[in-house]
Amino acid sequence: MYSEKVMDHFQRPRNVGEIPDASGIGEVGNARCGDIMKLWIKVEDNVIVDIKFKTFGCGAAIATSSMITELVMGKTIEEAEKITDKAVAEALDGLPPVKMHCSNLAADALQKAIADYKSKKSDIS
Amino acid sequence: MKQVYFDHAATTPVDPRVFAEMKPYLTEKLGNPSSIYAYGREARKAIDDAREIIANCIGATAQEIVFTSGGTESDNLAIKGVALALKDKGRHIITSAIEHHAVLDSVKFLEKHGFKVTYLPVDSEGMVDVKDLENAITDETILITIMHANNEIGTIQPIKEIGEIAKKHNIVFHSDAVQTVGVLPIDVNELNVDLLTFSAHKLYGPKGVGALYVRKGVRLGTLIHGGGQERKRRAGTENVAGIVGFAKAVELAVAEQKEVNQKVQELRERLFKGLESIPHIRFNGSRTHRLPNNVNVCFEFIEGESLLLNLDMNGIAASSGSACTSGSLDPSHVLLAIGLSHEIAHGSLRLTLGKENTAEEVDYVVEKLEEIVQRLRDMSPLYNG
Ligand SMILES: Cc1ncc(COP(=O)(O)O)c(C=O)c1O
Ligand code: FES
Repeated sequence: MYSEKVMDHFQRPRNVGEIPDASGIGEVGNARCGDIMKLWIKVEDNVIVDIKFKTFGCGAAIATSSMITELVMGKTIEEAEKITDKAVAEALDGLPPVKMHCSNLAADALQKAIADYKSKKSDIS
Repeated sequence: MKQVYFDHAATTPVDPRVFAEMKPYLTEKLGNPSSIYAYGREARKAIDDAREIIANCIGATAQEIVFTSGGTESDNLAIKGVALALKDKGRHIITSAIEHHAVLDSVKFLEKHGFKVTYLPVDSEGMVDVKDLENAITDETILITIMHANNEIGTIQPIKEIGEIAKKHNIVFHSDAVQTVGVLPIDVNELNVDLLTFSAHKLYGPKGVGALYVRKGVRLGTLIHGGGQERKRRAGTENVAGIVGFAKAVELAVAEQKEVNQKVQELRERLFKGLESIPHIRFNGSRTHRLPNNVNVCFEFIEGESLLLNLDMNGIAASSGSACTSGSLDPSHVLLAIGLSHEIAHGSLRLTLGKENTAEEVDYVVEKLEEIVQRLRDMSPLYNG
């Protein structure tokens, strides 16, 4: 039921872990089924130079988490802000219909991490 | 890769001896049991013999056995059949919160058509309280339907006592015994049941065939109309090969019950013991009133579908009550009914053993589970070392 890409990211998830001195952290819970995802980003000169995740969820949730870290790594904040749940699902060659909501988790966590980074930055400056 | 099948509550492999009995009825013995010539008579006799064998195995008479397409149809026939026959007597049904969907969705259907349903709660082990049951009875109650053993957590209900209460109040009693026929000794008179559902594919028989035991004198409406087969209770040309295989499967299961249970139970204890070494787990269901082959365990901080996918990648077949595996995205109603939180139910795993499993397979599954659970926990935001 999952594409090869999903299974690849599920079996070998990229960028699992935490960033102790993260510039921003985003955590979201999935209202549909109760899963939780947490994303850490490290930003230097407006570029996301590192990103890590931890996910409590299904195969699709883990694969989308992993995929979004790949899509975001090295991108500017403005570029990262444009990444949608649809883009993540497409990058994985699609998700089964009942699993589309799992990709929201990753996209929401990213936007929250970026918002967290921005609010911290404005606190300092 | 090694293949380990630990999902016998879902379905079982057909025993080669069962298949051998079925084979002629899939090939040269081609008759329709309703035909009067030799081919037809041969098929008719095969069904009559099968009915006799099955009836004997549960303490019933042959006329009390109705063949169906499986457990789901038998549950539907029992519940809707009683509702149709007794709707003028009363419109209240008592069931439990942890029934199979074949029962729950049948009574929900009747609710939409004006029936009232009481869903008895269960305790933390999944047991129905017989006092609750007796208190729920009203003048309107026409049917009590409580499963014999639960397919997810393996808890065995006090069916005999429930049957006594039903009898005392003169209420029809149905039990879904899909998980227990062949596994536990069953005598319909001793258990005081009026209707009993069972299915071939859970006891090393073929898929798509089952039966409903209907006690003589119990009135039952008909759901499937047509050629008048099964004494007008369930029309349709009989699944001859399936019925023949079903009878052989029940016969073997009853004859070999003791040895198989002893073997399977030993394996289950080995599995329990192996899993106990994994921290942050919770076993579900009753430890004493329990199917011999069932282990149901929750691993904290991880989710069941990712667990199943990882097991599958190691050749291991099992199942989970996690919301993410359910399609409806709700966790198993059984796990919620025993009081588990959504979060804990998320990490549930059901392992159900069979007679062909080995101690070596148990050890392999435990070893792989230790690795997989740790890997997923290391990936989980809820887990801190
Ligand atoms: C308790 C119980 N009842 C009913 C069924 C349905 O049986 P069948 O698959 O034969 O329709 C099952 C099997 O899934 C079951 O475990
Ligand atoms: S996270 Fe629950 S279904 Fe995907």
